[in-house]
Amino acid sequence: MSLTAWIWLMVGLSFAIYIGIAVWSRAGSTSEFYAAGGGVNPVLNGMATAADWMSAASFISMAGLISSMGYGGGLFLMGWTGGYVLLAMTLAPYLRKFGKFTVPQFIGERFYSKSAAVVAVICLLLASLTYIIGQMTGVGVAFSRFLGVSNEVGIYVGMGIVFLYAVFGGMKGITYTQVAQYIVLIVAYTIPAIFIATMLTGNPIPQLALGSTLKGSDVYLLERLDQIVTELGFGKYTTATAGSTLNMFVYTLSLMIGTAGLPHVIMRFFTVPRVKDARSSAGWALVFIAILYTTAPAVAAMARYNLLATVYPAALENKPLVAADQGIRYEERPDWMKRWEVTGLLKFADKNGDGRIQYYNDATKDEATKKRFADAGWKGNELTVNADIIVLANPEIALLPGWVIGLVAAGGLAAALSTAAGLLMAIAAAISHDLVKGVFMPNISEEGELMAGRIAMAVAIVVSGWLGLNPPGFAAGTVALAFGLAASSLFPAIMMGIFSKKMNKEGVIAGMIAGMFVTLFYVFAHKGIFFIKGTEYLDLIGGPNSFFGITPEAFGAVGAVVNFIVAFLVDKFTPEPPAHIQKLVEDVRVPRGAGAVTGGHH
Amino acid sequence: MEKSADAYWRATLRLIAVVLAIWFAVSFLAGIVFAPALNSIHLGGYPLGFWFAHQGSIYVFVALIFWYAKKMDDIDREFDVHEE
Repeated sequence: MSLTAWIWLMVGLSFAIYIGIAVWSRAGSTSEFYAAGGGVNPVLNGMATAADWMSAASFISMAGLISSMGYGGGLFLMGWTGGYVLLAMTLAPYLRKFGKFTVPQFIGERFYSKSAAVVAVICLLLASLTYIIGQMTGVGVAFSRFLGVSNEVGIYVGMGIVFLYAVFGGMKGITYTQVAQYIVLIVAYTIPAIFIATMLTGNPIPQLALGSTLKGSDVYLLERLDQIVTELGFGKYTTATAGSTLNMFVYTLSLMIGTAGLPHVIMRFFTVPRVKDARSSAGWALVFIAILYTTAPAVAAMARYNLLATVYPAALENKPLVAADQGIRYEERPDWMKRWEVTGLLKFADKNGDGRIQYYNDATKDEATKKRFADAGWKGNELTVNADIIVLANPEIALLPGWVIGLVAAGGLAAALSTAAGLLMAIAAAISHDLVKGVFMPNISEEGELMAGRIAMAVAIVVSGWLGLNPPGFAAGTVALAFGLAASSLFPAIMMGIFSKKMNKEGVIAGMIAGMFVTLFYVFAHKGIFFIKGTEYLDLIGGPNSFFGITPEAFGAVGAVVNFIVAFLVDKFTPEPPAHIQKLVEDVRVPRGAGAVTGGHH
Repeated sequence: MEKSADAYWRATLRLIAVVLAIWFAVSFLAGIVFAPALNSIHLGGYPLGFWFAHQGSIYVFVALIFWYAKKMDDIDREFDVHEE
C-alpha cells in the first residue's frame, strides 16, 4: 500500500470513530453542552483533559523545538507539566466546590461585579484566540504535508474541519470523543518513538533509551549527539540554555501559571462529581500527559541525531564532518526531504555550488570553528528545516513503515482538533453564557444561547485562521504567548478569589487589567499589534527582550507579578468585600456540601 | 466550628507550602539554577541537571499531586469536612 493511502486510511478511520462517538452522545440541553452534566469519572476525565490539553503545540511542535534548542527546550517540559501541581492544589478543588461552569462566572460572583466578569471574558478571549492561532499553525503544517499542498492551503482546510468539528457536539460529545482522541494521539506518539529508540540504542523504552549507549558502541547517545552538534558549531545539546538562565526560569514559571489559568483546562474540573475527584483528576490528567512529555525529549534528541546522520552519513562512522566532500549530494537526498520541500517548510539553497547539502550553524561566534567551515569551502548553512515539521517527519526520516507515518498524521490532527474544540467551547461559553446571557440579554432562550455560541466559534475560527497564515512564531511559541496572557490575567484573579478573603472587586479588576496590559504591551512590541505583521514597536521599549533579556513568550510571569501587586495596592485603599462574600470564600474552602454544578440554565 | 474551620485552612496551607517547596526544588532549582553544577553527576547517559529538566521533574510532579490528594483526604476526614 502506498504511503498516501496509509495516511488517508489512518486519518479517515480515526475521524470515523470521533464522529461516531459524537453522534452517539449528542448534547441536548445547554448544561450538557458545556459540562456533561457533572458526571464524568476522574480517570476518564483525566484522559479527556490530557487530550484537551495536549495540542498541536505538544504533539507537533514541542519535540521539534526541543530538538533544535536542546537542554533549554526543557522549559516546555517542566512548564507545561508543573502547572498541574498548581492547578490541583490552588484552583481545581475550590472551583469545583464553587459549582459554576465558567471562569468568568466565578470571577463575577466572587467579586460581586459584572464588570469583573466582563474583564475576565476579555482576558479569556485574548488568551484563547492566541492559543487557537498556534493550533492553526500546527494544523496547517499537518495538512500541507499530508495533502501535498502549500502551508496556506493547509490552514484553509484545517479551518473548515475545525469548524465542522467544533459546532457539531457539546462537551459531553467532546469528553468521550477526547478519550478516543487521547488514545489515538498517545499511540501515534509512542509507537514511532519505540521503533526509533530500538533502532538507535536497542532499548525500546524511549525514556531509558535517551540515557543509553548507541547500538554497537559504548558511547552514550547524548554524548555522541553533543560531539556532532558542537563540531557543526551548534550549542552543546545537553547544556544549551534558552537565552539566559533568568529567561529560562521566568519562561518556565510563565508556562506553569498559564497552565493553571487557562479556561478550557479549568473548565474540565467542573465536570467531576466531587471535590475529592477534582484533586485526583488533575493527577490523572498529568499521568496521561507525562507519558507524552517524558517521551518527547527522547523523540527530540533522536530526531536531531537522525537528521544530522542523514545529512552527514560520515557521522555514523565517527569521521570528521566538516570537510569539502561532506554533506549528502542534493541529487541523492532521501524521499522525505522531497516530500517536505513541497510544503515550503524545508528548503535547500546550494550556496557554495558543490551540489551537496551542508547543514551547520554559520552564525557561530567561535573563530576556530568559523575557520574550519571556511577551510572546508562551506559558504553558509544550506538547509532550513522548520522546527514544526520534525515530529511529523521523524518516522519518515527513520524510514519507518507507511502505517506508522499514517498513524502519526492521525495523531497530530487528533491533538490539534481536540484542543481547538476545547478552546472554542470555552470561547462559546464565555460569549454566549457570560456575556450575552449574563450581561446583555438575561432573557435569551436556550436555542438563542446555543446559536450565539456557535456564531462566536465561527468568528473565532476565521480570525485565528487568518492570523495563523502569518503566525507570530512556531506553534509552540505562539501557544506559549497564550499562556503568558492567561498567566498574567486569570490565574492571579482566581487565586486571590480563593486565598484572600479580603480581596475586593476594585483590586481584582485593576490587577487583571494591569497584568494583561503590560504583557500585551511587551508582546505586541515584539510581535505586532494583535499579531499583525509590520506593527511592531520595538524602538519604544528599547529593542528586543529589553526587560532583563526576557523574551515575550516568557513575559507572562512578570505580568502576573504586576497583577498581584496592583491588586493588593488598590485593595488596600478601597472598601473590603461585603460580609456575605467573605462567608462565601470561607465556604468554598471546605469540601463538604459541594452540590451539583449550577448556572447552566436558570 | 469557626475555630476548626480556621485550623482546617491552616493545615491545608501547610500542606500546600510543603508541596510547593518540593515542586520548586525539582524544577527551578535542580532543573534550572543548579543544573550546570548537577551536570557533572551522571545518571547513565544523562547529565543529572539535564535529566531533571527533561525527565525527573515530571515524574516528581505526578507523584506530588497524588500525594497531595491523599494527604488532603486525610485532612478532610480529620476535621470532619469530607464529602459523604
